[in-house]
Amino acid sequence: MLDTVILIVFAMIGISLLLNVWRLLVGPSVPDRILALDTMYINSIALIILYGINMGTELYFEAALLIAMLGFVSTVAVCKYLLRGDIIE
Amino acid sequence: MTLLWIPLLSLLGSIISSMTGKLSRNQSTTLSLIMPIIALFMCVNMAPAVFAGEEIRETISWLPLLGINIAFRLDGLALLFVFMILAIGILVIFYARYYLSKNDSMPKLYSYLMLFMTAMLGIVMSNNVIQLWFFWELTSISSFLLISYWWYKSEARKGALMALTITGGGGLALLAGLLILGNIVGSYNLDIILASKEVIQASQWYEVSLILILLGAFTKSAQFPFHFWLPHAMAAPTPVSAYLHSATMVKAGIFLLARFYPVLAGTDLWFFIVSITGLTTLLFGAYVALFKHDLKGLLAYSTISHLGLITLLFGLNTDLATVAAIFHIINHATFKASLFMATGIIDHETGTRDMRKINGMWKFMPYTATLAMVAAASMAGVPLLNGFLSKEMFFAETLHQQLLGSLSWVIPVLATVAAAFSVAYSARFIHDVFFNGDPIDLPKQPHEPPRYMRVPIEILVALCLIVGIFPNFVVDDILVSASHAVLGGYVPEFKVALWHGFNLPLLMSAFAVMGGILIYTQRRYLFLFQASLPTVNAKKSFDNAIYVLIKWSQQKINAIENGSLQRYLMLMFLVVLLAAGWPLFEMNKLVGAKELTPIGLHNALGAALLMIGAISTVIWYRTRMVSLLMISVVGLMVSVAFTRFSAPDLALTQLTVEVVTIVLLMLALFFLPQHSPRESSSMRILRDLGISSALGIVIGSICYAIITRPFESISDFFVANSKTGGGGTNVVNVILVDFRGFDTLGEICVLGIAALGIYKLLGNLPLFMPGSDSEGRPWAKERYPVLLASISQSLLPLALLVSFYIFLRGHNLPGGGFIAGLITAIAFILQYIAHGSNWIAVRLTINYRKIIGSGLAIALFTGIGSWFFDKPFMTTWFDYFDIPFIGEIELASALLFDLGVYITVVGATLMILASLGELTANTPKEEVNI
Repeated sequence: MLDTVILIVFAMIGISLLLNVWRLLVGPSVPDRILALDTMYINSIALIILYGINMGTELYFEAALLIAMLGFVSTVAVCKYLLRGDIIE
Repeated sequence: MTLLWIPLLSLLGSIISSMTGKLSRNQSTTLSLIMPIIALFMCVNMAPAVFAGEEIRETISWLPLLGINIAFRLDGLALLFVFMILAIGILVIFYARYYLSKNDSMPKLYSYLMLFMTAMLGIVMSNNVIQLWFFWELTSISSFLLISYWWYKSEARKGALMALTITGGGGLALLAGLLILGNIVGSYNLDIILASKEVIQASQWYEVSLILILLGAFTKSAQFPFHFWLPHAMAAPTPVSAYLHSATMVKAGIFLLARFYPVLAGTDLWFFIVSITGLTTLLFGAYVALFKHDLKGLLAYSTISHLGLITLLFGLNTDLATVAAIFHIINHATFKASLFMATGIIDHETGTRDMRKINGMWKFMPYTATLAMVAAASMAGVPLLNGFLSKEMFFAETLHQQLLGSLSWVIPVLATVAAAFSVAYSARFIHDVFFNGDPIDLPKQPHEPPRYMRVPIEILVALCLIVGIFPNFVVDDILVSASHAVLGGYVPEFKVALWHGFNLPLLMSAFAVMGGILIYTQRRYLFLFQASLPTVNAKKSFDNAIYVLIKWSQQKINAIENGSLQRYLMLMFLVVLLAAGWPLFEMNKLVGAKELTPIGLHNALGAALLMIGAISTVIWYRTRMVSLLMISVVGLMVSVAFTRFSAPDLALTQLTVEVVTIVLLMLALFFLPQHSPRESSSMRILRDLGISSALGIVIGSICYAIITRPFESISDFFVANSKTGGGGTNVVNVILVDFRGFDTLGEICVLGIAALGIYKLLGNLPLFMPGSDSEGRPWAKERYPVLLASISQSLLPLALLVSFYIFLRGHNLPGGGFIAGLITAIAFILQYIAHGSNWIAVRLTINYRKIIGSGLAIALFTGIGSWFFDKPFMTTWFDYFDIPFIGEIELASALLFDLGVYITVVGATLMILASLGELTANTPKEEVNI
C-alpha cells in the first residue's frame, strides 16, 4: 500500500518539478523565475523526505531541514536585490 | 639537549634584545649579552671532550621519511667556528654599544646581529645538509637586514640588495649541489656523506655537484669574480662589518670548503678550480686594496685577498696546507675584526673614513693608534704576531705543490708578490692614518674614544700577540682538533713555531716586507698608473645586469600571462584534453565489468533537470540575474543527487554553500553590469564550443569508465578504521578532523587568509552605486521590510540551535564544524540583510578578525596539545564517559579541533560577506524621487 502511494507521490512531485522548471525557463519576468526556483526548493524538501520514507532512514532528514530553514534566505537575498539593489544596507 | 641550546640561546637572545626598546642603552646591551655568554660557557664546557677526539651529536626527528632531521654535531671544526662566532659576537655587541649614536635603534641592531649569530651557529653545527642550507640562507637574509641597517641611505639599500642577490644566487646553486650530493649518497646526513668519498667521486654527477657547491662557497666568501658585493656591503655599520665581513659570514664559504674537504677534495678539478680562484682573489684583492682611499674599502679588499689566501691553501692538496688554512682562519678573524673596530673608532671620532683627510692621528689618539698598528702589522705578517705564523706556513706550502707542472714555481713567486702588496696596504693604513702630517679639514675634532669602546680591540690585539709569541700554548689543541675534523681523522705532524731557522719561507717573508715598503714609498707612480686604467663601476654594471634580467623576464611573462582569463582557461582545458583524452584512445572498451544498475524514472528526471539548468545557464549568460537563477537549479539538483546517492554530508554542505554563494553574488552583482556585453566573434564561439564539448566528452567518458569498473580505493581503509581509530562513525567527518586533520588545518588557514585578504582589498574601495535598477526603475523605498525583520529575528535562535546540533553530532552522523559554521554564518547574514549593518554593529560588537584568529588558534593548539602527551602533532584522543541523566557520551579531542574549524568558518564567511555589505553602509545611496 505504502509503496504504491510513494510511487504516485514521486510522480506528482516529479511533474511539479518539471512544471517549476518550465516556469523558470519561460519567465517572463524575473519575479516569476524567482518564484519558480523557490517552489523547486520546497518541492525538493518533499522529494527528500519522501525518499527517506522510501528507504526507511532518518539520515536525509537534516538535508530537508536545512532547505526548509535556510533555502528561503537565497530567495530573500534575490528579492532584496530586486527591490533595493543593495542587499546589506 | 645541550648542543641544541647553543643556537637556541642565541635565537632567544635575538628575541630578548628586540624587546629592549624601552630600556636604556646599557641595560639593552647587558640583556643582549647574557644569552651568548651562557652559550659560550656551554661551549667551553664541551671543549675538553671535543679536544679528546669526541664528536658530540644530537638528532631530533623531523621529517624522517624525507631524510630530513634536525641534527647537530660538534666536532673540532665546528667548535673552532662556534668559538669565533660567539666570542667575536660578544665583543661586537659590546663595541656596538659605544659605536651607535643616540638616534640609531640599538634593539634592532642587536636582534639582527643575534639572528645572524644563530644562523652562523646553525651552519657550522648542522649535521644535515638541508638544514645547513637553511641556515646558510638565513645568514644571507640577516646580513641583508644588517647591511641595510641605515635603510634611509641609498648606498646601504643598494649594497644590501647586491649582497643578497649574489649570496642568495650562490645559495640556490649550493642547494642544487647539496641535493645532488644527497642523491648520490642516498642520505642528507652529513656523517654519512662525509664517509662516502669513493661513492661521491666515482659518480658521474660529482663534477656538477662540486661546481655548484663551490659556487655557493665562492659567492659567500667573496672570491673573484663574485667579490664585488663585499666592498659595497661596507655601507653597513662598522660593528656589522667587523662581525660579518671579516670574522664570520665571509668565512661561511671557507667553512663549506673545509666541511666538504674530506669528500670533495683530492681530484684535479677541485685543485684546479679552488687554487686558481684562490690565487686570483689573493692577488687581485691585495692589489686593489692599496688604491682604496676609504678605510673600510681598504679593509674590504684586504679581506677579499686573505679569503683568497685561505681558499688557495685548501686548493693546494697537502694536509699541512689545510692546517695552515685553518690557522689563518683564526688569525685573520682576530686581526681583521680588531682593525675594523679601530676603523670604527677613527670614523666615529673624525667623522670621515677618507685616508686623504685623516692624517696624523697619532697625536690625537695614541692608544687606539698603537692597537691599530699592532693589528695592521699582524695583517702584514710581521714577526711576533699571529699573521706572521700562518703566512710562513702558507709560504712553505706554496713551495711544496706541483699544481702547474713545470710552471709550479710561479705560485710561490705570485704569493710573495701578493704578500708584498699586503705589506704595502698595511703600511699605508698605518702611515697614512696615524702619521703623514696633519689632518685635512676633518668634520670633527678627533680625540680618544670612550674607554670601554677600546676593550674589544684590546682583547683581540692581545690575542694576536699571545698567539704570535706562544702559539703552542694557545692554539695547538683547537688547531689539532679542527684539522682532525677536516682531514678525516688523520693529522700530520706539524709545529707552529716562531723560528724555523733560516729557510726559504723566511726569505720570502723578508722579500715581501722589503717589496711592500718599496711599493708603498713609490706608490705615487702606481696610483698614476691605476688612474690611467678604465674604471669599472661594479654597482652600475650590477644594476644594468639586473635591469636587463628583469626586463627580459617581464617580456617572457607578458608573452604567456597576458591577463585574459578566457585564454588561461582555454590553455588549461587544452592541456587537460590532451593529458586526459589521450589514454581514452588506448582503452578498448569504455564500459567496465561492473553490472549496470537500472536508470529509473526519478533518476532520469533529476538528470534532465540538472542538464536543463546547466544549458539554460549558458543560454542566458548575458542576463546575469537570470543566469544565476538557472545555475541555482544545478546547485539544488546536485544537492538532491548527493542525498539520493547516500552522501548526506555533501548534500548538507552543498545546500549551505549554495545559499552563501547566492548572497555573495547578489552583493557583488550590485556593483557590476547587469548584462554581459557581446564580445566573442562567431568563429570564437565555434572554437570555444568545440573545446568545451570535447572536454565534456572526455571527462564524461572517464567518469563512466571509472564507475563501471570495480575500483579499489583508500576509502575502504577509512571505513574500517573510522570507529576504532577516530572514535566516530561518520567517516567523512573523521577524515576531516582526524585522519586528514593536518590538511584541514591548512585549509582553514587558507580560508582565514582569503577572508583577511578580501577585508584588506575592500577597504576604502570607491565604488559606483547605481541609483536605479537595470531597467531604470527607482529602488523601493522600504529598506527593511517588517515581515522579513521579524521572521529573520525569530529564525536566529532556531538556526543557532540547529547548527549546534549539527556540530555536536558531526562525529557520528552527517554534520560537523564546517556545515555548522556555514549555518551560523547564514543565520547572521540574514540579520544583516533584514536589519542592515548599522543595526548589527550596535548589537554585535565582535571583531571578525579576532574570531578567525581564535578559531585557528584553537585548532592549532588542539594539535599541539598532543605534544604534551609525547605524541606527534595532531594525534587525536577519545574516550567514553558515563554521565548521569545523559548516559554514555564520547569525548574526543577532534571535537575541539572541529570547534576551531567551526569558529574559523563563521568568522571568515561573515567577514567576507559583511565587508562586502559594509561597502555601502555609510555612503547614502543616491535616491531618485519621482
